[in-house]
Amino acid sequence: MITVSLTINKKEYTCEIDPQTTLLELLREHLGLTGTKRGCEIGECGACTVIMDGLTVNSCLVPAFQADGSDITTIEGIASNGKLHPVQEAFLEYDAVHCGFCTPGMVLSAVNLLDNNPQPSQEDIRRALAGNLCRCTGYQQIFDAVQAASKKMKSKR
Amino acid sequence: MSSFNIIGKREPRVDALGKVTGAAKYADDYNLPHQLHGAVKYAEYPHAEILSIDTSEAEKVPGVEAVLTYKDVPGANHFGLIPNIRILADDHTRYLGDVVAVVAAVDRRTAQKAADLIKVKYRELLAVFDPEEALEENAPVIHEGGNEIVHHKVRKGDVAAGFEEADFIIEKTFKTQPIEHAYLEPEAALVYPDEHDGFTVIGCMQNFYTSHKVIAAALGLPLNKVQIIQSTMGGSFGGKDEAATLVAVRAALLAQKTGRPVKMLSTREDSIRQSYKRHAYKLYYKWGCKKDGTIAAMEIKAVADGGAYASMSPFVTWRSVVQATGPYYCPNVKTDVYAAYTNNNFTGAMRGFGSPQVNFAIESMMDELAERVGVSPLQIRLRNAFEDGAETATGQKLTHRVSLKEVLIKAAEASDFERKWREYRSEANRTKTFPKGIGLSCAYRGVSLGAEGVDAASAVVYVQPDGSVTVSAGIIDMGQGARTVMAQIVAEVLGIPLQRIHFLEPDSGRVADSGPTVASRGTIMGGGAAKIAAENVREIMKHTAAVVYSVSPAHLGFRDGKVWDDNGKSSRPLCTFEELTAACYARGKPLFASGVRHVAETNWDEETGQGNAYFTFVYGANVAEVQVDSATGQTELLNFVSVHDVGRAINKATVEGQIYGGVAMGAGYGMMEEFIQENGEAKTINFDEYYILTAMDVPKMKAVIVENPDEHGPFGAKSVGEPAVEMAAPAVTNAIYNATGRRVQNLPANLEEVRLGQKLRRNVQRASVACKIEPK
Repeated sequence: MITVSLTINKKEYTCEIDPQTTLLELLREHLGLTGTKRGCEIGECGACTVIMDGLTVNSCLVPAFQADGSDITTIEGIASNGKLHPVQEAFLEYDAVHCGFCTPGMVLSAVNLLDNNPQPSQEDIRRALAGNLCRCTGYQQIFDAVQAASKKMKSKR
Repeated sequence: MSSFNIIGKREPRVDALGKVTGAAKYADDYNLPHQLHGAVKYAEYPHAEILSIDTSEAEKVPGVEAVLTYKDVPGANHFGLIPNIRILADDHTRYLGDVVAVVAAVDRRTAQKAADLIKVKYRELLAVFDPEEALEENAPVIHEGGNEIVHHKVRKGDVAAGFEEADFIIEKTFKTQPIEHAYLEPEAALVYPDEHDGFTVIGCMQNFYTSHKVIAAALGLPLNKVQIIQSTMGGSFGGKDEAATLVAVRAALLAQKTGRPVKMLSTREDSIRQSYKRHAYKLYYKWGCKKDGTIAAMEIKAVADGGAYASMSPFVTWRSVVQATGPYYCPNVKTDVYAAYTNNNFTGAMRGFGSPQVNFAIESMMDELAERVGVSPLQIRLRNAFEDGAETATGQKLTHRVSLKEVLIKAAEASDFERKWREYRSEANRTKTFPKGIGLSCAYRGVSLGAEGVDAASAVVYVQPDGSVTVSAGIIDMGQGARTVMAQIVAEVLGIPLQRIHFLEPDSGRVADSGPTVASRGTIMGGGAAKIAAENVREIMKHTAAVVYSVSPAHLGFRDGKVWDDNGKSSRPLCTFEELTAACYARGKPLFASGVRHVAETNWDEETGQGNAYFTFVYGANVAEVQVDSATGQTELLNFVSVHDVGRAINKATVEGQIYGGVAMGAGYGMMEEFIQENGEAKTINFDEYYILTAMDVPKMKAVIVENPDEHGPFGAKSVGEPAVEMAAPAVTNAIYNATGRRVQNLPANLEEVRLGQKLRRNVQRASVACKIEPK
C-alpha cells in the first residue's frame, strides 16, 4: 500500500491505496465520485476525463500515485454553490445530453477549452472534443452548446 | 387539435440535470457493503465439445466465495426467442464469447485470477464462419436441426414474366459487415438478496421485462420474487437486450449462491467479445427494368450471419424481407431472406434491425438504374416512389399519408442536390486529387414491431395529493429522450408545466409488461400509453369538477395549470390544477390511472409473404456530400441533410438529436465501422481498433422535420430513432460514386475499398465444408 495526497474539487484527500490503482479507480471506488465514467480503460473514449493541474487527462491512464500532490477537477466540482457552470447550462439548453455517459467528460473538455480559449472557432471546438467519443448525439448539439457557452461567458466578463 | 402548449416545443430533457452534474447513477455507480465482484471464464474454442470443467484450483484462491458452472444453475440455463442461448456453456461452446464458468470474489482482480485457473477439457469441432457455407449440406452442425435459423419469403406477381418484359437487367451482389453497438457504457449489474426471500437486480437492460423472466427462470423463482430496477442507461441502440441480460443473470446466480450482493461488470473487451452485433448480410439483387426507368421485376436473395445463437435473427430478417424492395413500385417480386448459424459472435437487434443492410443494396441499385436510364438519382426515385394508396411488395395498401416524394424533394432542395450532382459527375471534378461527390438515399420503414410480435405498452400516471405528478412507463429511456417525450405528453393532457412531472425509474413491479423498447416504438407505443393514462386521470378530475362547479364535464379544459369551463364562446377559469386535485382527494377519488396502448391489427402469411406487415410507415431521405482523397481513398464527410416525416415532433430538439446521432452512426457504418473476426476471434475489441466517428469526423448536419400526423400516434407522432440511421450509408456510398465513378458494393467504404475496390485483409477461414463431422 502507498499513500497519495491530492486536491479534488478544492477538497484535500489522503488515501491508502494499492500501487496498481488508477486515478479513475481512486475516484470511483475509493472516493465514491462516480460522475467520472469508465468506458474503455485504455484512454480512447474520454468518458473518464478529468482536469489535472489545468490539463484534461484520461483518468484511466493515470496511475493514482502520479496524481500525488496534484489538483484535480471532476464533474462533481464544475457547478459551484449549487449554480451550474455556463457549459452545463448550455448542454441542457441545446439538448446536448442524450444517454449522458459521455457528458461528464465532454463537459470537462469543454470547460478546459473555454478556460484556455474563450472564443474558440468551430474547428477549435471539434479538436478539443476529439478525444471524447459520443455514440448518441452525432456531436452537433454539443458543438452548439459549447459555442453558446462561449458567447454567454464572454457577455458576463 | 391545432395548437399545443408543450407538444412540439424544445423542452429541456427531464433527466438531463443529473447527467451534467455527475449525479445520474448508471449500473456501475451502485455499490453495497460487502458486495462481491464477478468474473468470467471464456470458451477457448469457437466450436468444441466440453468434456470436463475443473474448478478446484479456482476455489482455493483466497477471497473466492463461489465458482459456478452450468451444473449449478438451479433453473433454466437456456433462453431466447429460440431458447438456445446458454447462460453458462453446457455441452458445447459455439463462439468465443461463450462463458463456461463464473466466479465471485472479494474484488475484481481476485475473481479474474481465479477464473483464469479454471481448467476446461475440450474436443475441438470443425467450425464454420460463413453463413452461406453453414447452409451447405455437409457443413458442421452448430445446433440440432441444422444451421438454417429462418427462411422468409415474399412472392408477388410473376417474376419470370416480369424479367421477360424488361428492357434490361441490373444484377449486383452486395456485402455488409457486422458492427458493434458501441454504447459508451459497458454492461453492468448489481444483484442483492432482499429481505423478502427474493432478489433485486439493478442493471442496464434495454428489455428489462425479458431480463426479469430469464433471471427468475434461472434462479428457479416466481417472477414476483425478482425485482428489476432499471438504472440510468448509457446507450443501448438495441444492444443491451440478451447481452445485458447475460451479465445480470450471471450476477444473480452468484448472489443466490453466496447470499451476498454481487456486482458483475464488463470491461470494454468483455463487452465486445460477448455481445451480439448487427448482422452481416450477403445480398443478391436482380432487377428487370424498363427504358422509362420503371421496374418490372425484382428477384432478391439475402443471407444473414446469425452467429452462434438465434437471438433476434428471425425478426431482424423478417423486417428485411418486408422492406427488401424499398418504397418503390414493382409488380413482380420474389424475395428470399435466410439467417444461418455460424461460430461467429451471435447477431441480434441493432438500431435499424434488418433495414440498413437492404437499404444499402436498394439505394445502390436505384442509382445504378438512374445511370442506365440517364436521369438523376432524384428523378429516378420520384419516378418509382410510392404515393398515397400504393400497394407494397407484401400486398399492403398504404392508407396513411405517403410522404416519400415530399421528403425527397425537401432533401434535394436543402442540399442543392441536382446542381451539385451534375457538377460533380463531370470529368473536371472526377480527375481532381480531391473530387467531391453528393449522394441521395431514401427509405420507408414499418413502425413498431408489426406482424412479428405482440404489441402493447403500459404506463401509469399518478397525480399526488399536492398536484405533483409521477409517471411510470414500461418503455425505457436509454438516451433517446423517452422520459421527456412521455412527460411532455402527460403535461399536455393535464395542462400543467413539465417541471411538475417526475419520471420514475422503471421497475418490474410497477408497470405491466410493455414489451421491449425497440423498433422505434417508444413514442408511438409508450407515449400512446402515457397519453391514455393521463386522459384516464383527467376523466376522474373532470367528473369531480363537474360535481363541485356544476358544469358539464364535456366542457372542461385543462391548460396553464388551471381548469377551465370552455362552455360556449367564452372560457373562464374554475380553479387551479392543485385545487381540483385537493377536491378529488377530499372526496375519496385518488388520482391514479394506468393506460394501455394496443395497436391496429397486422397480419402475415408465411408462405407467400403477403399481408399488412405494419400498421403504419415513416418516410425519410438523406443527402451526403463528401470529398474523396484519390491518392489514399480517404473520404471526408462535408455536409449531410437528413429529412424525416415523424408524424408529429413531440420535442423538436430530441427529434433533431435522434437525427444527428443517426446520421453519425449510419455514416460510420458506411465508411469505417467494422467488427472484425478471424476464425471466430474478435479482433476489434476496444476503441483503439473499433472506430466510430469522432468530433473531427462528423459532417455539418442539417435536420429537416416533416410532420404529417398519423391517426395511430399520440398527437399524430410516429418514429425517428431507427429511420435516422437506416439510410445514411448508401447516401455516403452514392456520393463516393458521384465523386469517383466507382460503386462500393462491400461496406464499409474504407480507404482500401474506395482506393482499390477491395479489402486487403486476408480472409482466414478454418472451416472446411468438405470434411464431415459426426454429430455425437
